[in-house]
This record gives sequence, structure tokens and C-alpha cells, in this order.
Amino acid sequence: MALKTETFMINVGPQHPSTHGVFRMRLTLNGEVIQDVEPVFGYLHRGIEKLAEGLNYTQDIVFTDRLDYLASMTNNQAYVLSVEKLGGIQVPERAEYLRIIMAELMRISSHLMAVGFLLNDLGAFLTPLLYMYREREKILDLFDMVCGQRLTYNYMRIGGVSQDIPEEFLPALKKFIDSLPGFINEYDQLLAENEILLVRTKNVGILSRESAINYSTAGPVLRGSGVKWDIRKADPYSVYDRFKFEVPTGTKGDVYDRYRVRIEEMHQSTNIIEQAVAQLPQGEIMAKVPRVFRPPKGEVYGHIESPKGEFGFYLVSDGSTNPYRLHIRPPSLINLTALRELMIGVKIADAMGIFGSIDICVGEIDR
Amino acid sequence: MKVKNYGEGIAKGLVVTMKNALRRPITTQYPEQKLNISRRTRGNQLVWDRNRCIACSMCARACPVSCIDMVTSRNENNKLKVDKMDYDAGLCIFCGLCVEACPQKCLFMSADYEKARYSIKDFKLKKEDILMTEKSRPSGYYSPVNEAKLPKQTLLIDRK
Amino acid sequence: MMSFFGRSVFPANFQATILSPDWPSGFWSHLVIFVVILFVFFIFMAVAFIYFERRVISRFQIRIGPNRTGPFGLLQPIADVIKILIKEDIIPFNVDKIIHLLAPAVAVVPAIMVFAVIPFQNGASLVDLNVGLLYIVAISSVSVVGMVMAGWGSNNKYGLVSAMRVIAQVVSYEIPLALAIIGVVLYAGTLSMNAIVQAQSIPYILLQPMGFLIYFLASMAEINRTPFDLLEAESEIVAGYNIEYSGFKFALFYLTEYTEALAVTTIITTLYLGGWKGPFLPPVIWFLIKVFAVFVLIIWVRATLPRLRIDQVMGFAWKFLLPLAFINLLVTGIQIAVWPDISQWVMVGVNIIVAAVSILLFSRFFRLNGDKVEG
Repeated sequence: MALKTETFMINVGPQHPSTHGVFRMRLTLNGEVIQDVEPVFGYLHRGIEKLAEGLNYTQDIVFTDRLDYLASMTNNQAYVLSVEKLGGIQVPERAEYLRIIMAELMRISSHLMAVGFLLNDLGAFLTPLLYMYREREKILDLFDMVCGQRLTYNYMRIGGVSQDIPEEFLPALKKFIDSLPGFINEYDQLLAENEILLVRTKNVGILSRESAINYSTAGPVLRGSGVKWDIRKADPYSVYDRFKFEVPTGTKGDVYDRYRVRIEEMHQSTNIIEQAVAQLPQGEIMAKVPRVFRPPKGEVYGHIESPKGEFGFYLVSDGSTNPYRLHIRPPSLINLTALRELMIGVKIADAMGIFGSIDICVGEIDR
Repeated sequence: MKVKNYGEGIAKGLVVTMKNALRRPITTQYPEQKLNISRRTRGNQLVWDRNRCIACSMCARACPVSCIDMVTSRNENNKLKVDKMDYDAGLCIFCGLCVEACPQKCLFMSADYEKARYSIKDFKLKKEDILMTEKSRPSGYYSPVNEAKLPKQTLLIDRK
Repeated sequence: MMSFFGRSVFPANFQATILSPDWPSGFWSHLVIFVVILFVFFIFMAVAFIYFERRVISRFQIRIGPNRTGPFGLLQPIADVIKILIKEDIIPFNVDKIIHLLAPAVAVVPAIMVFAVIPFQNGASLVDLNVGLLYIVAISSVSVVGMVMAGWGSNNKYGLVSAMRVIAQVVSYEIPLALAIIGVVLYAGTLSMNAIVQAQSIPYILLQPMGFLIYFLASMAEINRTPFDLLEAESEIVAGYNIEYSGFKFALFYLTEYTEALAVTTIITTLYLGGWKGPFLPPVIWFLIKVFAVFVLIIWVRATLPRLRIDQVMGFAWKFLLPLAFINLLVTGIQIAVWPDISQWVMVGVNIIVAAVSILLFSRFFRLNGDKVEG
């Protein structure tokens, strides 16, 4: 005898403690099992792409800070890279090395936040999150020392960086880099072998290799499913081809693999920073660029590997001081297209873990 | 899945938490203890050195949100002077592009951060409010002269 | 009652006469005074637990807890209580009025009634029932009804999801709880709480390590603490069954949570740690020290572990705790029946070995299914 059951719809609303930002999902549940999910976003739309057409290229850097506000340096780098590609500008060596140091520090900070919030969603009541925040504070102190702000840096300019590092930056950076692997190992001891965490995250939210490639995901979501694709190695930009580092991948594509990929990437970023500090040359920090920058006519697509995936800018210029069209390829939005496949058939408690492991930031979804 | 560590992982986690419980907390009790902020901070207001200003309006042109409203005119020697310079501190996003754009280096950001006001109309400042005086502390953003005068930043990595 | 006014209110041996149950002037004076003492105790201790938990969990997170209101933040709970009492009481549209309004009361009263049989000193409890333990187990399962009433009567789907989880979890953890307690009863030979404390020459935590573990885990599942706090999981179903309550009714639910935690810690102290026994200090002080020590253990676990999923929680109860409870009962029964005269320290060694072996063996067989559900 089959029981007649009814499905009901629940609204994981825009205000919810575990969607990272204002993001809404309408779930259709049958008991505790999800039958259908419909994401609704657009609550943070600010019209950045349209506003950017009214300002010149240097002023647009300010907008790119506010797209993925947890990883501002890599946003700046993506934009500046695209504009330099359009204008054919050569960046001096010291500026390239400084950019890479800042980008890798940013990657560590963003992964700390991602892992901390994933564990908070799984229920560990803020303790791992606050340990992560303590380390992130040290990174934010370093950024504060260089450019004066902690969240929206506005540090990179077309043709270089805006200011040189003060003399207390390198000793503080060295102290931090020496202490970070020990901290990540202690953190691993806290939770990586924890049976409860393993039981909650293994075999949950499996994204197969073909699906990951078909949905055009990128970043740790793609690497967790076993595809070894990193833009820093596949299409090297800046001076990444001078550093030796590995690209960690997972095997199965579940939540646990994505978590481990992020932790391993933090170790690799530490590696890159050590090599960059050792090779840092002296020199200028800014190329000779006119004060009001006018690129030639044309269009360009420039992309980098941001902590959340592949961050791209599509610029169309008509020869004037303002861009004609500025389009942003947000990694979180494209990674979210796989959400429906991941969530159907899963219990509601797992749904939050899966959502946290994709690691979105609503500022770049609803730009 | 098999609990192959017999609760060992949980025990290790508990040990780590207890070790952290015995460290000194990293809270700063705010009004009594204050940390030194960065020397290059892009603080809450602008500081304007009027004597060196040549009224070129580059700062107003560089601002992305148009928060500096400058009206200039020529005086009797046919030199430019500033008639009105309204700065809206509530609209400003503290990006520092105006400081970089100034050719005479007479505009600075401020290193004060305790500038709360009770009403949003109080944020619209006139040129008298942002003049550089003895008490205003310009920050070292884009000006090494001011950076040398401020105390060094307290870093979390130096505290144990 | 006439003789009550004849004698002075504070006799010489105040402590012994006030707290002992056969005070000569009658049953009613003892009842009234002790009920007042109990109310003061449980309200004060529940509030102290809230403050204590916030301070201790902040130390685990390397920060200082509340320390601004009053010296060391001691007035913080009073500030919280005042804040909650002056909030607006919102009743949502289209709720089932009687169920919605009665639910906090039904949830809080059984938690308070547990304190009637807990001995604070030798013989100092409200009533010394000779079926005290049975009374405790029976009464504490009534508060489930309150939570389900709250979840259903809120006209909210999150509350409904949570109410279903509550029924499943709390009812299925009653069984290992009761079975683990029977081990203690076999050693003490009686169900009365006071007599159990008096019979402990060695604290029963050494004689029954597995029983202590099972009782600890099962009672944490009963009172919704991490790792089993999915009933009011903040990150998934946003506070579960008490989602639509505000004002004083929410204060009652919050109080229920901490009163149940207090009840569980006092029961663990009485059954496994030797209640009020101790060398130098007065017995009440030892009782309080042990209660706080157990509470620190509970907070420590809360600060470290993430939470489980509902089917994993059920699997843990039925496939892991229940067989272990049976093994515990079997081994204890054999020891009592076959070797009743052997010194208890030998039993300690044997029991610890048996506990370790069976936990290790059992975790090899324990499997949890976490697969996707088809269809």
C-alpha cells in the first residue's frame, strides 16, 4: 500500500543565516528530501556594468573592488590585465611581483573565509570560523599597511601598482608565512579527521567530471571533481610561469574533496609567496601611462584565476576615455548553474553543506 | 561510513580546542585600549592645505562619485582661486583617487576615524571644515612626509 | 501550625533542620520552604548557566565574553531578561490559538519537576521518593509534547520540519538512556536517588565507564545540544520549533533549554560522580563544583563538533548506542549475580577493559548510509 504524500514549498529566503548574502532559494520538499530547487537572485543588483560606461578607465577600478568584496585584489588584477591587453602596455617587473604577492595573499584569505563558513554551516558553532578570522586579521593588517584599507583596496593601476611597499612589510610578511603552515596543520587536526565531519561531507553532493565540464564550472569546484585545470598553468598571465607550484585536485567531487582542495591551495599559495619574496627585484612600480588613458579601438577578453573560479572581463573600446561596454564573467554565477543537479534528491541538512562548498559571493552574482 | 578511528578524530579535535582555550584572548577593549592604525589609512575625511592649492579642479574631475563640488574663478592677477569647495563626506567612498590626482600634493586623507555624526545633513562639509589646522592629522596615503610623522601600526602578528 | 510561631524562626542548627524532611513542626512548612528554595535555585542556576556558557565558550574561541555590563559582566543575564520581557508579543495570523499559547508551559514544567528528587545534601531533597529514578525518566519525556505543540501550532513550515525531527530524535534516545541507568541501579540496589549517592563508595563513573558514556550522549541528544542540536539548527531551519515565538514565551523556551541542561548535569552528578560526597568542603559546595565541571564538559563538546544529520542521529541511536547499552547491562548483571563479593576495584579494571573492547569492536561494524534517496 503506497502512502499518499504531498510536497510543500519552503522558502530559504533572502534573509537566512547560511546563504552567504542575499540569495533566495525556493525548495520543494517531500518530507526532508528536496525535489526541486529554484534559485532567485538579484537582490544586490547595483548596475555596475552600466555605471562603468560613464567613468574613465582609472575610475572603474573602484567598481571592481566591490564585485567580489572578499577578494578585491584579484578583481583589480583581472580588470587591469584586460585593459593592459587592450592597450598593449608593458608592466615593470617589480609591479608584477608585487601584484602576485598580493593576489596570493588574497587567495589565502578568501579560502580561509570559505572554509570557515562551510564549517559554520555544518554546525560547528563559530569556533573554526573564529580561528580562521584570527589568521585573516593578520592578512588584513598587511594589506592595511600597504594601501590603507582592509576591504576595498583600489591598489592596482593600469600599468602597475599605486604605491610601493613600506619597509616593515617584508619582515611582517615573512613572520606570517612562517606561521601559516603550522596553523593550517593544527586546523586540520581539529577537523579533518573528525568522524562527524567525514560523515557529513563524504559522498555528499557529488559532481561528476563530465558534469563539471559541461556546466563550465571553474576553480575549486572543477578541481574537486578531478579535472586538472588552473588558468595560472594553462594560460599563464603576469609572471606565473616563473614559479613552481602544483595544482591540487580531488578524486570524487564531493564536498570533502572541495574542502581539501581549498586547504591544499592555501599551502601552494604560501609556496608561491615564498618564491616571489625571494625573487623580488628593485625598480619602478608603474609604467609610463598618460594620465587620461585612451586605448585603441577593439575588444578583448582577459581572465584570471580568482579564488572562486575563473574571473573574466570583456571590454569593448571605441577609442575614447570611457569603455563602450564592460561585461563581467562572474565565477559564482556560472558555478551555480550546477546547483540544481547537486541538490535534487538530497536532504535539507546536506543542502546547506553543498551550498557552502560551492562558495559564492552575492556581490558578483548580482553585479 | 566506517568509523575507523574509534572516536580518535573527535578526541584530537577536543584537544586542539582546549589548547586554544588556554591562550591569551585577542580582544581589545575599545575605548580604553586603542590600537595604532595604519600609517597610510584612507580615513574618514579630507584635509586640504589651502596655501598650496592652485584651484586646478583635478580632484573634482578624478572623483568617481562626484563628491567634491568645486567652483573656481579668476581674481585680479588672473590667477585661479577657489570660491566654493563642498565636500560630501557621506557620499565619498574613500578611494583616494583625488589625492593621487592632485599635482601640488595639497590634498590628504585624514588619519582620524572617530567622526560619527548624528544626522546625515552634517556630512556635507564646506571648505572651512576641511582646512588643515594644527589638530588635523593627515594620513600618509600617497605622501611620505606625513607617513613619517605617524606612529607605527600595531600588528596582530606581533602580539603573542 | 501554631507551634511554628511558637519557636524562633532561625534555630541553632539551621541547616540541618531546614533541609531535613522530618522537621518536627510538620510536612507543610518543609514543603513550602523547600519549594521556595528550589525555585530560587533553578532560576538562579539557569541564569548562571547562561552567563557561564557565554564566558566559557568565548574562551574556547580566544575572545572574552560579555564583560561590560557590571563587573565581569555579571549583570548581563539581567539585561537579557529585561530585554526579552519588554519585547512585543507577536502571534502570527491563523495559528491554532490554544496549542500555540500552551506550548511553552508544557515544555518548561516537566524540566522543573525533575528537581524535586535531587539530593543536595544527605537527605535534603523535596521528597525522597523510593522510585526517584523512574519518576525522572518518566517526567522528562513529557516535554517533547510541548516542543511538538510549538512546532505545529506556529503555522510555519520550518516549525513543522523541526517538530517531526524532535519526535524522531527524542523518543528514540529514551531507550539507551533508560538502559544505561539500570546499570547504576543494579550496583546500588535501589531506585531512590539519595540511597544511590550513599551507596557510592567509589564513584560509579569508574565502575560503569560505558554506562556513563552512553548516558552522557543520550542525554545530550535529549536536551538538543551539539552535536545533536539539529532540532533548532540555526543554519538550516532557523531556530526550528521556536521560530514564531517572541517575548516572554521565547524566554520560556530558552529557559527550558538551560533548565534541562541543569537537570541533566545534576542527574549525572548524582548517579555517576557521587553527588554531594567530598572531603573538606560542605556537601552543597561539592555538589555545585561537580555540576559545573560536567557543564564545562558539555560546553567543550559544543564548541568543537559540527552537527549530525537526522538519519545519522537515528542510526547512531539504534545501531550503536542500543547494542552497547545491552552489552553493558549484560556484563553488569553477570558481575552482580555471579561475583557479588569481590572488591569493587577489581570490577573497575574489568569494566574499563570490557568498555574499551566493546567500543572498538562495535565501531568496526557500525555503518551509516548517507546515500541519495531515489525518487
